[in-house]
Amino acid sequence: MTTISAKSLDLTFQTGDGPVHALRDVSLDVAEGEFVSFIGPSGCGKTTFLRCVAALETPTGGTLTVNGMSPDDARKARAYGYVFQAAGLFPWRTIERNITLPLEIMGYSREERRARARQALELVELSGFAAKLPWQLSGGMQQRASIARALAFDAPILLMDEPFGALDEIVRDRLNAELLDLWKRTTKTMLFVTHSIPEAVYLSTKIVVMSPRPGRITDVIDSPLPKDRPLDIRDTPEFLEVAHRVREGLREGMADA
Amino acid sequence: MSDTPLSAPGAGIGRSGKVALALRGTARRAGPVLAVVVALIGLWYLACIPMNAQNSLLLAERAGETVTPATAAERRSMSGLALALASPGAAVEHAFAQDRPRLPSPHQVAVELWDSTVDKKITSKRSLVRHAGITLAPTLLGFVIGSLAGIALAVGIVHSRLMDLSVMPWAIASQTIPILAIAPMIIVVLNSVGIQGVLPKAIISAYLSFFPVTVGMVKGLRAPAPADLDLMRTWNASGLRTLVSLRLPSSLPYLFASLKIAVAAALVGAIVGEFPTGAVSGLGARLLAGSYYGQTIQIWSALFGAAIVAALLVAAIGLTERVTLKRMGLT
Repeated sequence: MTTISAKSLDLTFQTGDGPVHALRDVSLDVAEGEFVSFIGPSGCGKTTFLRCVAALETPTGGTLTVNGMSPDDARKARAYGYVFQAAGLFPWRTIERNITLPLEIMGYSREERRARARQALELVELSGFAAKLPWQLSGGMQQRASIARALAFDAPILLMDEPFGALDEIVRDRLNAELLDLWKRTTKTMLFVTHSIPEAVYLSTKIVVMSPRPGRITDVIDSPLPKDRPLDIRDTPEFLEVAHRVREGLREGMADA
Repeated sequence: MSDTPLSAPGAGIGRSGKVALALRGTARRAGPVLAVVVALIGLWYLACIPMNAQNSLLLAERAGETVTPATAAERRSMSGLALALASPGAAVEHAFAQDRPRLPSPHQVAVELWDSTVDKKITSKRSLVRHAGITLAPTLLGFVIGSLAGIALAVGIVHSRLMDLSVMPWAIASQTIPILAIAPMIIVVLNSVGIQGVLPKAIISAYLSFFPVTVGMVKGLRAPAPADLDLMRTWNASGLRTLVSLRLPSSLPYLFASLKIAVAAALVGAIVGEFPTGAVSGLGARLLAGSYYGQTIQIWSALFGAAIVAALLVAAIGLTERVTLKRMGLT
């Protein structure tokens, strides 16, 4: 079943320096339960595409449906959780109360909020930290808490905009493995924006390569890798082959720009 | 003491090094402040000599001393500075202890402050503590009204484009009208509808204190990062929800900064509000009565009383600020 369907999507921002084509003729179908990564240089529209799915931006052309609805209806139906590059935890709330904030807004009962927060914290392995304040956690833990917050209301889609971009390589590797594990257990549809080729190849069932000016899709790669992926799969020839194709796609995109 | 190094022989004896260090730290911070205070007091004493010279020379003449010029009529047309230079001895001798000096000396003001606070019963009409208390009531009430009004206006400005475009020019205009001009009108208008006592003065205080709160809170309510506002939007949070759960908590550092200005302005408002009411009691009344009867020492001590009250109010808000922001993880 198709969860997200974009057909010749256009988005042009009018700026003081003239129009900026953030997205041009972007068509993409994402099936339920897929893990799709968007990779490309800055300005290629990968974040903009995610924001369109989240109804944080409105496309100027083309059609986009999320769960069969318009993006704005999907947003109102709480169809997705969004994880930003910065953890965005509110410093005056404990980790638990940060996670229960969206649940409070959505009108869950107190017991339900508690139970869901506990469950979400378990999923991201932060069980002992519910009562801590954000500044008491490391950057990686804060980002995990922000993922827990996006998971807590059990939306079928998870949109992640470079969630690990600000973290160091070692923490990032571990979080990647945890994220993959989490995806297998929850069977959510994942849209994941990244700058990192190994991260994209390691995580995804589908890799969307994009290029800038105008922002467009240059290649869509269906990963031949199995669903079970230990970290050292990154040394296998299959993995390197996919990574190579991604790199080629990125290079081509830069060449015509 | 601060220039005795800890490593000097015997320097650390008798107390822990930590205490010594803390004392030194305080001394280092207090040092420049003290130096300025001492310099100001010195200047003040110096200024007393020419300011009071006219009267000093009169006192000296009555005491049988010879002064130049010899008669009051000759001296009347001369400036204080010229008189002080003509008879420096007499000018200095009598400058600091007059009953009604043009400029009272610092110790006269200090003694009057002490007499009218510590030595007087709080029920006495001359107790500055009583007068400060009387002024404090409309100050605090006006501060609360003004702050709430300021916050409400800021919320309106942030949420309504119409208010964003229309309110600020009026708010600024309101502050360009001299408060001395508008205070009597507020008192008279409210009196004509039967409102008397604390409330009219509180409204003058509120009139002065709402403005800094509005300006600070507009900035504060717009302080959340765009990503945080996007986050609320992805949860389909209502405007009210976003205000309560994100904008208001984020605005607190701005709020406290504004409140400090507002409380000082509220005190000024309450003092000015006392002028047109016949000046019966309160710090403003002491100022006005002092100027009617040429009691400069009383004026100056009331001025210092007001300054001390303002400093205490600002310090109280500063303390609340530190505790609150620390607890909210906003520092």
